[in-house]
Amino acid sequence: MVEQVRKLLEKRLGNTAELENLRQSILSERDPNRTCISICAGTGCRASGAEAVIDAFLDEIERRELQVNVALKETGCPGFCERGPLVVILPKKIFYQRVKPEDVPEIISETVLQGNIVERLLYVDPATGEKIIYEPDVPFYRKQTQNILNANREIEPTEINDYIATGGYSALSKTLSQTAPEEIIDEVKRSGLRGRGGGGFPTGRKWQSCHNAKSDIKYVICNADEGDPGAFQDRAILEGNPHSVLEGMIIGAYAIGAHKGYIYVRNEYPLAVRHARIAIEQAMDYGLLGENILGSGFSFTVTIVRGGGAFVCGESSALMASLEGKIGEPRAKYVHMSEKGLWDSPSLLNNVKTWANVPLIINKGAKWYSQIGTAGSKGTMIFSLVGKINNTGLVEVPMGITLREMIYDIGGGIPNGKKFKAVQTGGPSGGCIPEQYLDTPVDFDELTKLGSMMGSGGMIVMDEDTCMVDIARYFIEFLKGESCGKCVPCREGLNRMSEVLNRITRGKGEREDLDTLEDIAGILGDGALCALGKTAANPVLSTLHYFRDEYIAHIDEKRCPAGVCRELTRYSIDPERCEGCLRCLRACPTGAISGEKRKPHTINQSMCIKCGACYDVCEFNAVIKGGKGATNGKGMD
Amino acid sequence: MEFSLDFPKVRTIVESYPEKVDSLIDSYTDKKEQLISLLQDVQAEFNYLPQDVLVKVSQKLDIPLSQVFSVATFFRAFSLKPKGRHLVAICTGTACHVRGGQKLVDKIERDYGIKPGETTEDMRFTLETVNCLGCCALGPVVVVDGKYESQVTPDKLDHALSQCQ
Repeated sequence: MVEQVRKLLEKRLGNTAELENLRQSILSERDPNRTCISICAGTGCRASGAEAVIDAFLDEIERRELQVNVALKETGCPGFCERGPLVVILPKKIFYQRVKPEDVPEIISETVLQGNIVERLLYVDPATGEKIIYEPDVPFYRKQTQNILNANREIEPTEINDYIATGGYSALSKTLSQTAPEEIIDEVKRSGLRGRGGGGFPTGRKWQSCHNAKSDIKYVICNADEGDPGAFQDRAILEGNPHSVLEGMIIGAYAIGAHKGYIYVRNEYPLAVRHARIAIEQAMDYGLLGENILGSGFSFTVTIVRGGGAFVCGESSALMASLEGKIGEPRAKYVHMSEKGLWDSPSLLNNVKTWANVPLIINKGAKWYSQIGTAGSKGTMIFSLVGKINNTGLVEVPMGITLREMIYDIGGGIPNGKKFKAVQTGGPSGGCIPEQYLDTPVDFDELTKLGSMMGSGGMIVMDEDTCMVDIARYFIEFLKGESCGKCVPCREGLNRMSEVLNRITRGKGEREDLDTLEDIAGILGDGALCALGKTAANPVLSTLHYFRDEYIAHIDEKRCPAGVCRELTRYSIDPERCEGCLRCLRACPTGAISGEKRKPHTINQSMCIKCGACYDVCEFNAVIKGGKGATNGKGMD
Repeated sequence: MEFSLDFPKVRTIVESYPEKVDSLIDSYTDKKEQLISLLQDVQAEFNYLPQDVLVKVSQKLDIPLSQVFSVATFFRAFSLKPKGRHLVAICTGTACHVRGGQKLVDKIERDYGIKPGETTEDMRFTLETVNCLGCCALGPVVVVDGKYESQVTPDKLDHALSQCQ
């Protein structure tokens, strides 16, 4: 016990000079030219089998007794989830994708020991057919500006020394030793940083009002309740670089005079919870959290609270209610949370991405930061580029890049030669943007002008097979289930909208329904209590605005142009294309397909439940989705 | 959600595991505000929130039973009914939705007669939907007992379910 305490005390950094000494000693022990196998161990790559690959590397390294010469790092997510598991051989940055455990012995014997490239594991640029060897040359990364995500690939998230080696906690040390709280707030203000959680409120102003609020007790909160379906950048940061978030929070706490902080994180992100926990323990051991941080006299602790799986808890007042052990109902914000928040004390709540930006701003300066981006939106933004897109993953770009660059240059376009239809941004509070606006620069204000919003950076690409009425219905169903039920417009309005949309997707809609939808949307916007309710109708309004013809097709012609809405879709088999391979016949769950080998199959419409299994398995494009009543299935294009 | 306070005349959870229940609740004695965490721990232990445990929580921590139940029924993560031996969670986030996540939910409903939130009669598995697991690149995603299955097709789902006995 005494021994443990002594070790702990030894670890504790008494002042900023000791932190600097530690950094130097870590760096001097590390050889930058040593071969290091860096493997993404984020949730995405784990789901693709990264753990088995890591085990295979560990076994192979041990078998060949390479422990001294070769290091192995399990890093956070660098973004290219589509191609996982990702392996990068440092220092040359040789990039292997979709690596399987069987590939490992060859990577070791060829690349690590002899410096040869294993060609079949390289990424092939689909545009040019060129094999790409080095990670920075991959088109997906080339157009990005990874100021924040970049660190994910250098750091093992459970190793505080890795973070310190890359300059970690130097912003904190600068803050505590040289800067007054007011100067920090001014710096953040000058940087132009806006809240990355959705609203885009100027961060510096929030800090200022929390700083000005008179109270002995203040709180700092990190919102990691990333509830937007289709967005996972907060998870990637908290998983991959938890110390950057902690450092931002400590600086924020110092600036406003808080001594207690909370990270409110989704329980659906077990790895993020684990890594944040480990990070807090390590920072405590080093004296970067706790009493008298780096000998400055300033004290601050952080507690992790796991969310209960309610989307509304991403809203600041609902989140704080939930932190108090109550149900997550928002309250009206006549008085801001920065003046009266958690337990009625001034509370500074920022999103994970916002906190992770803070150390960068302090280290590199507001001037550097504000040079990136557009007039009203500074810095980089991390988007999750998902849906019907070739290169799915996280993308960090300067504000102001166009949607087209994002989707085609970085995202690699739409898979299977399909046609782009819309991109949905901003999660359930956002809207769908059609093709004619693809050249819009992406920033907070431009997206709002288009009837959508930045939100927390979800970007879901939809192709011709996506039905926009179904998407509107999907979001309203989602929000209906997540509405906390406190205020009438949201609780009742969403239920009525869901009824109307379900009616339309079942072919029972009337023209008047469209007016009803717009009416209710107006009431929600005016009358709902919190931002979630106020913006809940955006998916309906934006699809009504840009894709009204699809609604009309559902209502007047009783057909779903994309062939998604079941009641309005009919599957048939084109006898000329059908090769009689029996695949659809086997896939059909109800036995509705009949036919013999090498002869065209047919679908018995009375038995068909329209699950689309035949359409998905057919390799000859012989299964045709058509509108109701279409005789040969070719009634739609 | 239905619940009644007339407990069946079988041994209740509190009677069966008195020490476990006590130690769970006692670790929160000074942290009444962390009710959600406590309920998460209870659910992790018993895989649902047994009614009598909730009553015990209310009594021991002096929190109104109405508040305990309001929290227990508000958050999606909590279940007042026992869950099956295996947990099948289908992601229905937007990215998985546009890639056909709903088809998988439909398939389970068709094959096993259960909707999201329900458990098969033989307690073999519980079906849940989750709003987003953040593995959008790999959608549709299904998590079976904590193991992530990526780009799940109906066939792949059958295979994963056959492992749950």
